[in-house]
Amino acid sequence: MTTPPPRRPDPKPTQRVVVTSPRTRAPRARRPYSGTREINEQSELGAVYMRTLIRAQRRLGLSVCLVATGALALLPLLFAIEPELGKFRILGLGLPWFLLCVATCPMLLLAGWFYVRQAERSEREFAELVERP
Amino acid sequence: MTSGYAIVAVVVVALGTILVGTYGLRVSRTTSDFYVASRTVSPWWNASAIGGEYLSAASFVGIAGLIFAYGPDMLWFPVGYTAGYLVLLTMVAAPLRRSGAYTLPDFAEARFRSRGVRVVASILALAIGWLYLLPQLEGAGLTLNTVTGAPDWVGALIVTMVVTANVMSGGMRSITFVQAFQYWLKLTAITVPIVFLIVAWQVHGSESLTKPEYPVFRQDTEVTFQRLTTIHADAFISITGTGEIDGARVENTVVVLPEGYHRIGQGSEFTFPKDAPVPHLSTMEHNTDEMWSLPMSSGQEFPVYGAYSLIIATFLGTMGLPHVIVRFYTNPNGTAARRTTLIVLGLLSVFYLMPPMYGALGRLYTPELLMTGQTDAVVLVLPTRMIEGVGGQLLGALVAGGAFAAFLSTSSGLVVSLAGVLSQDVLRLGGVRGFRISTVLAGLVPLAMTFISTGMPVADMVGLAFAVAASSLCPLLMLGIWSSRITKAGAIAGMLAGGVPALTAGLVTMFTDTGDAWYEILLSRPAAWTVPLGFSVMYVVSLLTPRHLPSGVQRTMVKLHAPENLGLDGSGSSSSADERS
Repeated sequence: MTTPPPRRPDPKPTQRVVVTSPRTRAPRARRPYSGTREINEQSELGAVYMRTLIRAQRRLGLSVCLVATGALALLPLLFAIEPELGKFRILGLGLPWFLLCVATCPMLLLAGWFYVRQAERSEREFAELVERP
Repeated sequence: MTSGYAIVAVVVVALGTILVGTYGLRVSRTTSDFYVASRTVSPWWNASAIGGEYLSAASFVGIAGLIFAYGPDMLWFPVGYTAGYLVLLTMVAAPLRRSGAYTLPDFAEARFRSRGVRVVASILALAIGWLYLLPQLEGAGLTLNTVTGAPDWVGALIVTMVVTANVMSGGMRSITFVQAFQYWLKLTAITVPIVFLIVAWQVHGSESLTKPEYPVFRQDTEVTFQRLTTIHADAFISITGTGEIDGARVENTVVVLPEGYHRIGQGSEFTFPKDAPVPHLSTMEHNTDEMWSLPMSSGQEFPVYGAYSLIIATFLGTMGLPHVIVRFYTNPNGTAARRTTLIVLGLLSVFYLMPPMYGALGRLYTPELLMTGQTDAVVLVLPTRMIEGVGGQLLGALVAGGAFAAFLSTSSGLVVSLAGVLSQDVLRLGGVRGFRISTVLAGLVPLAMTFISTGMPVADMVGLAFAVAASSLCPLLMLGIWSSRITKAGAIAGMLAGGVPALTAGLVTMFTDTGDAWYEILLSRPAAWTVPLGFSVMYVVSLLTPRHLPSGVQRTMVKLHAPENLGLDGSGSSSSADERS
């Protein structure tokens, strides 16, 4: 850590960052064992990194997808077993109308939003993992 | 309901589409512009464009028509069309973009490094695209027929011409603008009228939509029968007009129809009296409004099987539609592809709130469509029926314009993607010229098909295209992206095992009359058996042929799943080359 000369105190903190971090990309690329390089050279370790990412994403995708669509897919069965449910009314709408027209959209959006957030997070974590020297 | 305003609206939409397209022509110069808009489209533009492209004739007129006729079982269409995007988002959006594929065949080749897989995927993409274009053209014919009385083929011809000319001149770049513009146009065209219609319904005393009575004519109603129709009258009813009843010619006189079945000839025009119960189409379940509003009221055999088959087809079919996939290539990266899809999910949810309301109001105000079987026209007829005078005509014009926008935009998207497949895989003609020749071919085939199909509801036809996509290209995408064990042989076998039966079933229901044979539902809703077939054949054959594993599958997996900004491509160097060859 270098400190600025005492005679010229600089109010901007950004200057310290410039001094302490590498100025070019060249030194980073030369680091021998970064995860990026492991993957690009298809080493065993690289394959493990990739498998972990793919598994995490697959598990996330499948579970969000199955929970949301599975909940929807229960409805026809429910209405077939218990037709009386169709006469139940919510907000002046018959239950099937309420569930399929009104309730599904926010549910799907919420599921989608959750998925995007989690997927981006796991990609960030993956990036941190493989870019670590 | 012939209205000058509606004709003006249709003309304005057609001209507007051409104008926006011409604007695109000035900016699109290179081949890359033509195919993928040079990949400079932001998520909001892209999502609007996907929405504009996706909301087809089936969404705009078809869903309301089916709900109007068959009740809440049909709500699975809008729910499935929306939920399909959730499946697409969670399972394929980002990897598909990262694969760098422009069309499905491109993906097949990138993933499996095999011409064989590519050829099969191309043929299926073409089949699905044409199957999907057909109902768009039929819907256009229906719209023009409803608003102007022109014969059915006129609308189909106009849509084909506008779309082909537009795609040929501007390509994808202009199409992205056109599509984004079309989404907002369609949303306006379906939302504004329904607001007024609901107000009108309130003003009329907000009559219950679920009365325990059969629909009746609210006023003296003149009805034109477009084709030979068999109707069933529940009580005797006296009608006036000209036409053919039970084989006897009637000229402008009063006829009393006794209770029972009657055959009304093509082109007959009769006026039905106010407050008479509406006779119903012989092939349609006769329901009181109360029974209609309950689930399982469609009178279909095996309703649970039908519902699940529809759910499977729409949830999984969305990702296999050729025009949807093209849009993902115009995202800059995988993360943007996900965000785009999420926005699409929102845009679709808003739109799909509207058609069920049209369907429900139709029970009260346009019950004669239950008799003629032209249920798809309910969205178009309601505004002029419910609101008197110029206001109703203007709203009717807005709806007609929006419907026309729906046919134009979906057809444009399909023609672009089919032209891409045709020029690269079938005709093998490169460059802008090849693309233009392919465009003409992509439009002409479905136009020819409209002349031989047997007018089934447009949403049902679209459902068949979804079923084929779900049973062939969906397994290819899902298993190809998430499993590294899938082999070339497995991919081909799976696509054929799912796609061929689904396609056959679709063509049989569309072009022949299966009547009410017990297997009818297996053919008209094939997804529940063809989708598991496609998936399991693809997986099992892959396990049996491990020697046919495509070369460099690990490298492909890195490309599909690793975030782009890390410079990962599994190729040994850190330069990322994701351009198409």
